[in-house]
Amino acid sequence: MIVRGDEPKQIALLKKLYPKGNYFMQGDEAIAYGAIFAGCRFYAGYPITPASEIAETMARELPKVRGYYIQMEDEIGSIAAIIGASWTGLKSMTATSGPGFSLMQENLGYAVMTETPIVVVDVQRSGPSTGQATKGAQGDFFQARWGTHGDHPIVAISPISVEDSFWETIRAFNISEKLRIPVVLLADGIIGHTREQIRIPDPEEVEIVYRKLPKNEEEAKYPFGDVDGSLVPPMPLFGHGYFTHVTGSTHKETGLRDVYTPEVHIKLVNRLHKKIEKHEREIENWEEYFTDDMEILVISWGVSARPSLGAVLKAREEGIKAGLFIPKTVHPFPGKKVKELARKVRAILVPEMNLGQLILEVQRYVNDDVILKGVNKIGGVPLTVEEILREIRGV
Amino acid sequence: MAKEIYTKYKMAKYLRKEALPTALCPGCGGGTVLNAFANAIDQLKIDPRDLVVVSGIGCSAWIASPYFLADTLHTTHGRAIAFATGVKVGLPDKKVVVISGDGDLAGIGGNHLIHAARRNIDITVILVNNFIYGMTGGQVAPTTPFGAKTTTTPYRNIEHPLNIAEVVAEAGASYVARWTTAHVYQLIESIKRALQVKGFSLVEVISQCPVQFGRRNKMKEPAEMLRWFLKNSIPISKAKNMSREELEGKFVIGEFVNRQRPEFTEELNKLIEEVAGDEDAG
Repeated sequence: MIVRGDEPKQIALLKKLYPKGNYFMQGDEAIAYGAIFAGCRFYAGYPITPASEIAETMARELPKVRGYYIQMEDEIGSIAAIIGASWTGLKSMTATSGPGFSLMQENLGYAVMTETPIVVVDVQRSGPSTGQATKGAQGDFFQARWGTHGDHPIVAISPISVEDSFWETIRAFNISEKLRIPVVLLADGIIGHTREQIRIPDPEEVEIVYRKLPKNEEEAKYPFGDVDGSLVPPMPLFGHGYFTHVTGSTHKETGLRDVYTPEVHIKLVNRLHKKIEKHEREIENWEEYFTDDMEILVISWGVSARPSLGAVLKAREEGIKAGLFIPKTVHPFPGKKVKELARKVRAILVPEMNLGQLILEVQRYVNDDVILKGVNKIGGVPLTVEEILREIRGV
Repeated sequence: MAKEIYTKYKMAKYLRKEALPTALCPGCGGGTVLNAFANAIDQLKIDPRDLVVVSGIGCSAWIASPYFLADTLHTTHGRAIAFATGVKVGLPDKKVVVISGDGDLAGIGGNHLIHAARRNIDITVILVNNFIYGMTGGQVAPTTPFGAKTTTTPYRNIEHPLNIAEVVAEAGASYVARWTTAHVYQLIESIKRALQVKGFSLVEVISQCPVQFGRRNKMKEPAEMLRWFLKNSIPISKAKNMSREELEGKFVIGEFVNRQRPEFTEELNKLIEEVAGDEDAG
């Protein structure tokens, strides 16, 4: 099991098991390997298309690195088990698709409220309901943001290729550990099932972040207190004699429940939000192309980012000054950045595999004099370069 | 009174004093369960630092969380056993105990109960069965006796109660027992056995809720409910020779199973040793 101080042995094992070089694999598999490189040593899940390959890869690979795999009776139990495991110090993950992600929402909120680091993967598929179960989609943009009840912050990351799935999974773990928060990885069934080349690095090339632990008994008395000004409390793990009390109810810095004092709730929930805001720069991540002299901006995410890039490249060949912005951390949405880019252009196009979700976030940061248009496609077939190019030409 | 308890009550050393007094109603059976659990821990000389207590939602989830001084994980409704599964895998050498109610563990969380028993993971579940959703105001539960009155069965309950101990025994648990709050010494002994057995263990405790159940069913006083338990309890040895009809409305008490079966975390670690051992050897 990966523990602090055991890195040399772990690195040697990873090198032996997964020598650096080029591999040919699916996005789902890349997520699993990314998790293992990030230090994930506990996985609980329930089968669902198109996420099952993550579970299968974890079931096969985790025992090799002395990690634990367990198939639970449902998705609710899966996220519950990884939260429990996280409190024992194990970096933990579960993966599912839209329907299972819906079932996980209550406990996702529990992880937010109890500041439990976990990674939840949603390999998006076409809905609503069972929809086109085997087809990819991007319909869970807001389920990731607002799926659980109550006033909560969330971090969600969306990879754009198989190789990106590997690295963004690692980033999801690192943010989760650093800030003691659940992080959602919004993958999709198309990248999840696409096989392409990916370079597996040397483990030394991978930056690993561990959660902060209490330095002494005194710090351990405040599992939910801002003891060092970072807004992220150290995590007094179970089994160390700290007598830690954890509850999803509103609690004081000691962890004890207090649902009657408004100030206690206000202070706690505000800190949960502020700790995300304070570390915004470490959370945000995007790619941008040709944004210096652009007149038309394409903003896209996840699986739609790739045909968007193809379309922008072709538009450039035709002399159209198009640029591209791809948020990879989709929540919190990089509004300031979009506002800055939007000032430079006369039109913005937002290609995505839904009937308009990311575009609603974009809209909040764009002035009325800019043309804003969605390029939307549902039905389970990804957008093509030609479809997006046509819209760029037309605008 | 809250202060007096620290000096007079021998088990007070196991309690989180800053969380007292408890939120339980006068006459509730929850205190008896907490007392029995503390005595079992004391008699077995289990260091509370080697204990993680997990609970869900409802009155019975409050019995040990936050009152018992150990690591305590107070989770969402019905999911305590699933949370405890992750805790036990991470801390296989610690005692992981779930204390919660019938609605929580056998109603909304029934699926996790059955599958944890099937998996035979080394978790001890103390399921406090008071036949009612107490905290929410006395609604019918999957354990409410046929014909009983509740706030959502104001005329009579037309559903049949779940026989939790039998279901869990059938699902594959290593140890299953049922007692009532009127059988405190037997209860302590069973909790001790449950804590010691390797595998999934369930102690179902039939408990009184005079406020939400008793007063709507002609047993307003806690003592009346305890007398009802005693009068209708049938030892399992005797129950074996009785028909289902004869057992209608009775509480079968005693040990349902006590057996050895491969335990989940041991098997998981064995499997890891088999796979990773090969990797270590190259």
